[in-house]
Amino acid sequence: MKRIALLGMPNTGKSTLFNRISGASARVGNWPGITVDLMSAKILMGGHIAELIDLPGIYDLHGFSDDEQVVRHFLAHNTVDLVIVLLNSTQIDRQLSLLLQIKKLNLPTVLTLNMADEAKRVGITVDTENLEKELQMPVIQISAKYGDGLPKALQAAASVIHQHKTAPTPETIYHALQEDSQIEREMESLIQHNVQIPVMLNDNTTDKIDQVLLHKWLGLPLFFIAMYAMFDFIFTAGKPLQEGIAWLLDLVRTSTLEPLLSSSPAWLSGLLLDGIYNGLATVAAFVPIIILFFLVMSMIEDSGYLSRAAFLMDALMARMGLDGRGFVMMLMGFGCNVPALMGTRVMRSRAMRLLTMLVIPFSLCSARLQVFIFMIAALFTAEHAPLVLFTLYVMSFLTMFITAILFQGQYQNTEPFILELPPYRFPTPRQIVLRGWQEVKHFLNRASKFIVIGVVLVWLMTNFPTNAAPASVDTYAGQIGLLFAPILDPIGINRELSIALIFGFVAKEIVVGSLAVIYGLQGDALMAHMTTQIDWVQAMSFMLFTLIYTPCLSTIATLRNESKSTGFMWLSIAWSLGLAWVVSFVFYQGARALGF
Amino acid sequence: MHTLSNLEVGQQAVIAAIEAEESLFHRLAALGFRVGKPLSVMRRAIFNGPIHVRLGTTDIILRRIDAERIKIG
Repeated sequence: MKRIALLGMPNTGKSTLFNRISGASARVGNWPGITVDLMSAKILMGGHIAELIDLPGIYDLHGFSDDEQVVRHFLAHNTVDLVIVLLNSTQIDRQLSLLLQIKKLNLPTVLTLNMADEAKRVGITVDTENLEKELQMPVIQISAKYGDGLPKALQAAASVIHQHKTAPTPETIYHALQEDSQIEREMESLIQHNVQIPVMLNDNTTDKIDQVLLHKWLGLPLFFIAMYAMFDFIFTAGKPLQEGIAWLLDLVRTSTLEPLLSSSPAWLSGLLLDGIYNGLATVAAFVPIIILFFLVMSMIEDSGYLSRAAFLMDALMARMGLDGRGFVMMLMGFGCNVPALMGTRVMRSRAMRLLTMLVIPFSLCSARLQVFIFMIAALFTAEHAPLVLFTLYVMSFLTMFITAILFQGQYQNTEPFILELPPYRFPTPRQIVLRGWQEVKHFLNRASKFIVIGVVLVWLMTNFPTNAAPASVDTYAGQIGLLFAPILDPIGINRELSIALIFGFVAKEIVVGSLAVIYGLQGDALMAHMTTQIDWVQAMSFMLFTLIYTPCLSTIATLRNESKSTGFMWLSIAWSLGLAWVVSFVFYQGARALGF
Repeated sequence: MHTLSNLEVGQQAVIAAIEAEESLFHRLAALGFRVGKPLSVMRRAIFNGPIHVRLGTTDIILRRIDAERIKIG
């Protein structure tokens, strides 16, 4: 099977072109030695099936960034039959250097010039016929967004894919790249002969929008308003969808599965319903949030606003070793950590991504909020309630900053913070929907097995041995709580609460439900009973621990997928557990020492 | 010597030299920062944040620390 690599600079619409050609058939492939996800798809090319690979956007074939190393590694270790190079027509005066570097590799190459429509609007013209002659390769103007010129480009690709050229080795790649100044001269002469660029670009819409959105004083408030609106939309639209899915799953369970399993032994129906089925329900609950999140994310990413957010927030974030795009993800984490972690992919430096991924799980997500609202209602007066909740939000931010500052030396970002500000663009609905669909598919493929196994494990721990009452102190979970009593007692967490914490590993949504099972009471009766069992100092300590320790199995699964490192996943678990204990310990012992 | 970092907003200048280590140099070159090219400062972010620069047809933001490496003639 022929292999085709798609290459281009960042912000040239490469992923849009890839999605155009591949439709929804794309999948994430595994490539040895590569730590980022590469999308690939099987496409029809000149009557044969070929594999198209979307390589990360790079500025320079011999640059030092993580992505540039990935592309070099890929080209050196995999046979490539054809390279489709995509450049932005409006920036052809500098992007041509990448093509000239690739040309030196002596592979069959097709040059596609994207955003032909935009170039025309600003008055840039390219003499493609003459450029074809000088470059000795097909040159086709296209619009990846609208699909113009695409059939012609694919035809051209099919015509050169059978040209046999010798594949480059790592050495030839290295040698080909020694001639930098020659490339610069070649580029200048090509541009001079074939491209006309007006002195002043004809389109200043972007400038006008920037005057407002990047305004010295208005910029930041507008950014926060935009973030709030986005957040509000995702979670107000997401909540009824999540509830609908939960209702449907419950209906299937009570109307079909439970009657079906009524004659089977209790352990089997427990395993199937409370273990596996609940695990699947946990996975399903994330689907609407992920879709909505990426609907909005692809809008702010493709519109060009995300780089503007980086511009506005960078002064603060640079001190923590992060960048402004990381801040957007941190904020989104306050809704749900899972899509926020997936969203860190916009940051291309691995070190910075890992640091951001270590920070995000401390954001007080909506699931944790449910636990806090229950505990606060049970153990605090209405007068104190807002203060307690506010304190928890402050603690969430504090733990994020502490984590970033402590680990920024460990995950030192070596890539310079130099970003393009692309002109404002509107993504098409097709682009937005495809993105949401791809992200959900990705999450389901990679995380569901992990989550279901975790839910089953917790079910086993809280229901066995069989002679113990479910979730009681006699179960394995209770025994684990007993085992950890020496470290949980000093932070005021009793046996029952420690079982709830074990449930909390699965998802914070089930903590309140687990307390109901543990104490055998519901609603107001449960609240009243809790006040006789623990005091407010213990409750606060429990909430601090709940806030800081591992948010949920789905977050862990996502951390592992996105980092492609089990070690990193364990580091995140260990650090959050350790920090949770220390904070709870200081609070609990401090409060007790002060006489509370 | 003047650097990009101490240019005023709205000012135009020509790049005289780029004194950066290899990785930064490559990135700057790929984004169009080459000796002899004219550029202008569009705006600066508050709290000593990044600088927004226009170079030919490309708008770029970069931190002051990196902008200091670009000398202006």
